Amino acid sequence: MATSPLTNKKFIWAFFASFSIWASLQCYGLVALGIPQNIALKDSLVTQLELALLCWLISNNLSFYQPKGSKYIYVIIWAMVLASAFIALQKFTFPHFAYADNGLENFYLKSLPIRFIFAFLLIGCMATISILWYNQQEQQELEQRKNEAERLTKEAELSSLREKLQPHFLFNSLNSISALTISKPEQARKMVHQLSDFLRGTLRKDDTLSTLEDELAHLHLYLEIEKVRFGNRLLTEINADQSILQKQIPPMLLQPLVENAIKFGLYDTLEQVTIQINAKFEHPYLIVEVMNPFDKETSHSNKGTGFGLASIQRRLHLLYSRTDLLSTQSKQNQFISTIKIPQT
Amino acid sequence: MIKTIIIDDEPLARSIIIDYLQKYPDFEIVAECGNGFEGLKAIMQHQPNLVFLDIQMPKITGFEMLELVDEMPAIIFTTAFDEFALKAFETNAVDYLLKPFDQERFQKAIDKFSSANPKQTQKQTAAALESAQSHALNERVVVKTGNKIKVISIYDITHFSAEDDYVNIHTLEGAFLKSQTLSFFEKTLNHQLFVRVHRSYIVKVDQITKIEPYEKDGHLVILRTGEKIPVSKTGYPKLKAVLGI
Repeated sequence: MATSPLTNKKFIWAFFASFSIWASLQCYGLVALGIPQNIALKDSLVTQLELALLCWLISNNLSFYQPKGSKYIYVIIWAMVLASAFIALQKFTFPHFAYADNGLENFYLKSLPIRFIFAFLLIGCMATISILWYNQQEQQELEQRKNEAERLTKEAELSSLREKLQPHFLFNSLNSISALTISKPEQARKMVHQLSDFLRGTLRKDDTLSTLEDELAHLHLYLEIEKVRFGNRLLTEINADQSILQKQIPPMLLQPLVENAIKFGLYDTLEQVTIQINAKFEHPYLIVEVMNPFDKETSHSNKGTGFGLASIQRRLHLLYSRTDLLSTQSKQNQFISTIKIPQT
Repeated sequence: MIKTIIIDDEPLARSIIIDYLQKYPDFEIVAECGNGFEGLKAIMQHQPNLVFLDIQMPKITGFEMLELVDEMPAIIFTTAFDEFALKAFETNAVDYLLKPFDQERFQKAIDKFSSANPKQTQKQTAAALESAQSHALNERVVVKTGNKIKVISIYDITHFSAEDDYVNIHTLEGAFLKSQTLSFFEKTLNHQLFVRVHRSYIVKVDQITKIEPYEKDGHLVILRTGEKIPVSKTGYPKLKAVLGI
């Protein structure tokens, strides 16, 4: 429900002031037409009070329901109904009796059409103002929501950009290179080249589809670097049939998936870890499975993996408008994440 | 001789420290460890003067390992990138080496270690540990049971109680003692899940089945396990705030 204009301080003042002015005008007019002062005064006060009440009523009423489309007909009908109610109120209550008691009933009855028109216009006015007020509020809310949505999109984009370059991976690799320069300079140079090639790959800015072959080559670079870092603790196994190497896949999608698997595989056990990557084609999907061992005892990974996978899920959703393309399951001591890439 | 231990899960990262240390004949490397389990064992066995410690390691982090160490040696942290840890080190003036580091920077760390007062270093390390852990929103608690290290998921914990210099961690599969203060847990655990309801008790909110008035001003919470925990006058508003009542 929108807030009524009558909760606005300035509006309340204007409302109060205009009714005071109308009451004075009415009183002045009545006296000018030869009505005794006390009757004129009472009539004006009661009349304007009743009108104010009806105006308040319609304004409040519109805060619960705002007509769409044929709103002006709605306003006219409501104003008619309330103006009639106003006349009935007048006729059966105070002003009528005051005039009748003083033998001025004729004058009063003649003034009824004027009263009706005045009430009709005033209530109509109030209704229009209220509708405009509520519309404006709605617009403001809409604007706010739009801004909020835009901000979120931007934030998501930024964070996905950040996620592309894992500082932890980068600095640790540089540290490994630094160590190798002393003992095995040849290998250090090789690793510098691998790291450069890998980073060049991550700097691709668009989402145009890549082939499985290219992505596996990129992944290979990444895995070679990780193997230097972790020594013989990390083993990998990639199974992909020659025939599916030209299938399409978004760039930089496999790498975070495998990075996630390595992180949780390696940090969850003390032993040697084998990361298995299986790719296959099941019409119309290219399916890639990444498996890593995990420890059920300390399976914080069940919850923890969520973070790394969330960005993959989001990307798949943005690219394909589907949320069912990434799935995870745990079998015995293996954690398996699977992505399905629709082929066009 | 200054007994030194190097703990890092990456062999090359260890080798670089060994290499830099060759310039200092006073430092003797008594152990080289690839994870926190080995590290803890080596620390207990050798009582080293100095430990080079990586933070991100398999199973338990360097911080979690330190929580289990009885007599804290001087620590030089080595890390690649860890936002919260770095902030904690900075504010507590604890020395750390950002990977990759060169011999010059390494020299500075060694100099700082040599000139520092061990008691003060110990205090600073403990403070850094607490503040780093309070940002980590840990999902687990690590305890020592005999010679073994046990990793407890916070989802298995029902409550904590203070017992002298120890905290008793009550879980669905029994209680575990840890040499720690209750306020450490109060600070480092998720405040939406755990509430300190009493000077001697922290309860896990979703374990509460009932709150009963008790004596005057006091309350009792009854846990799913049937256990009754007293709630103090200052604990009650905190509990109400978390429960939204």
